[in-house]
Amino acid sequence: MTLRRKWEEKFFRVLTALVALLVVFVLAHILFTIVSKGASSLSWEILSQEPKGGFYMGGGGGILNAIAGSFYLAIGASILAFVVSLPVALFINIYLIRYHRLLIGVRFFLDVLWGIPSIVYGAFAFTIMIFFGLRNSLGAGIVTVGALIAPIMIRAMDEVLKTIPIGLQEASYSLGSTKTETAYKIFFKQALPGFATAVLLAFGRGIGDAASVLFTAGYTDHVPRNLSDPTATLPLSIFFQLGSPIEEVQNRAYAAAIVLTFIVLCISITARVLYRKK
Amino acid sequence: MTKRILIDNISSKWMLVCLSFFLLLPLAIGTGLVLKSSDLFTSHHSLSTLIFSADWSPSEDKFGFWPFILSSLWVTVIALIISMPLCLLAAIYLSQFAPKWLLEFMRPVIDILAGIPSVVYGVWGVLVIVPLVGDVIAPFFNNESLGYSILAGALVLAVMSIPYILNMLLEVFRQVPVELGEASLSLGATKWETIKHVFIRKGATGILSAYGLGFSKALGETIAVMMVIGNVVQEPASVFDAGYPLPALIANNYGEMMSIPSYDSALMFGSLLLFVIILAINIVFRYLIYKSEEK
Repeated sequence: MTLRRKWEEKFFRVLTALVALLVVFVLAHILFTIVSKGASSLSWEILSQEPKGGFYMGGGGGILNAIAGSFYLAIGASILAFVVSLPVALFINIYLIRYHRLLIGVRFFLDVLWGIPSIVYGAFAFTIMIFFGLRNSLGAGIVTVGALIAPIMIRAMDEVLKTIPIGLQEASYSLGSTKTETAYKIFFKQALPGFATAVLLAFGRGIGDAASVLFTAGYTDHVPRNLSDPTATLPLSIFFQLGSPIEEVQNRAYAAAIVLTFIVLCISITARVLYRKK
Repeated sequence: MTKRILIDNISSKWMLVCLSFFLLLPLAIGTGLVLKSSDLFTSHHSLSTLIFSADWSPSEDKFGFWPFILSSLWVTVIALIISMPLCLLAAIYLSQFAPKWLLEFMRPVIDILAGIPSVVYGVWGVLVIVPLVGDVIAPFFNNESLGYSILAGALVLAVMSIPYILNMLLEVFRQVPVELGEASLSLGATKWETIKHVFIRKGATGILSAYGLGFSKALGETIAVMMVIGNVVQEPASVFDAGYPLPALIANNYGEMMSIPSYDSALMFGSLLLFVIILAINIVFRYLIYKSEEK
């Protein structure tokens, strides 16, 4: 009996360790595959040029349209999301702090909102665009992605604001501040490093999302000049190029995948580092 | 003084407006999709034929969603069957057996991997999983397959859902009180017995919720699955057949949906199905999480 228990213990100790190792291995394998496959096609030309004629048949040019488009889109969406997320996160933690049930209800609701898949956001935004007769554009993409990443941003900000002791709020009121002043002058300052992390996380999600921009931002070979131009994005650029039967075009898709992975990794590592420093 | 109060008034109203916007967003999405897809019901389509009919030919005004629903379920369920035990075992190792530094190292790694865009997982799927299924796994089971199949989609989806589910499971195990484990150990149970009888039992609700949310996340995943699953309209008979899940259907056809009558309504009905199912799953399991945290 004791022998069986001992072996069971040993067996599961090894099994769980192996599984953990397998998980790490698979995830490392993904990064390795992407890098080793795309590194040879990665060049300055690809990063710095718009697609030239016959690009999708193996012609010259690069993916600058997608890189620039993705940045425009994700930066615009992050700013938009920040502008609406900040008041919500502050409201939850200042006005609702005394209403425990309501507070839980709102957080619950935001968590549920987080679970809605991006393709649904995209489809919904598309129906609205058709209703108003709008075309695919950078602006429409920004609004859609902004709505998609705002719940993430709000919850991340909320987690930071939650940690601020209620005494600080009371001290601020006792000195005669209004709730708005407490919110923007005390809470905002106190939570600033955490907010940077929240914005970066949302930015990373926004730049990598493909399903929501497919309908709304469209695709083009040019860097967008204003909000009503359609815009290319990196995920879609990868997707379209990979669908080509020509090997050269596929290789460029792998190179684009490296670029996207690199951007996202940089952002999430920066976000962690900022969070650590706090 | 009045100016400060005025500012306070305006700002608090603005905060409320922003919050209401998010509270109303799901309602707006639901209403919008219902209105848009209601055209289908007025023109002799009933809900049951839409869902259970396998007859999909938009140009003849026939919209049977069953092949897509079936594909979605196949892919998601198989993906979860693969990733559930892996996540649980890995979470047990990291939170119970592994040294503390390893867990501290793995947390950010898991977070970062959760942030990798799905199109990158898709590229990996095309490069690695599709040949693996086509050249190794299918011949092993005496099957012919191009590789672009339900199984390939499920494998990619399983890998994608690992960081997401693993993160939640680590949180579940973190919340089990240490004293409970110590009590069990002091009664002579081995570490594994403690995990089996105390940690897993105590965290059962949390584990179930993590799986449920993982399921809903996987169900809505679009681009990575679309890249490896083949996108053929059929009722898949085996895991080596190509499939065509709902999100892929929506994503693939938005371009041409305006040219065929009621096609756009049908696609919006597809989005509505997805939205309602995922919303329901999320509400149930988030509720379970909140209930278990309250105790």
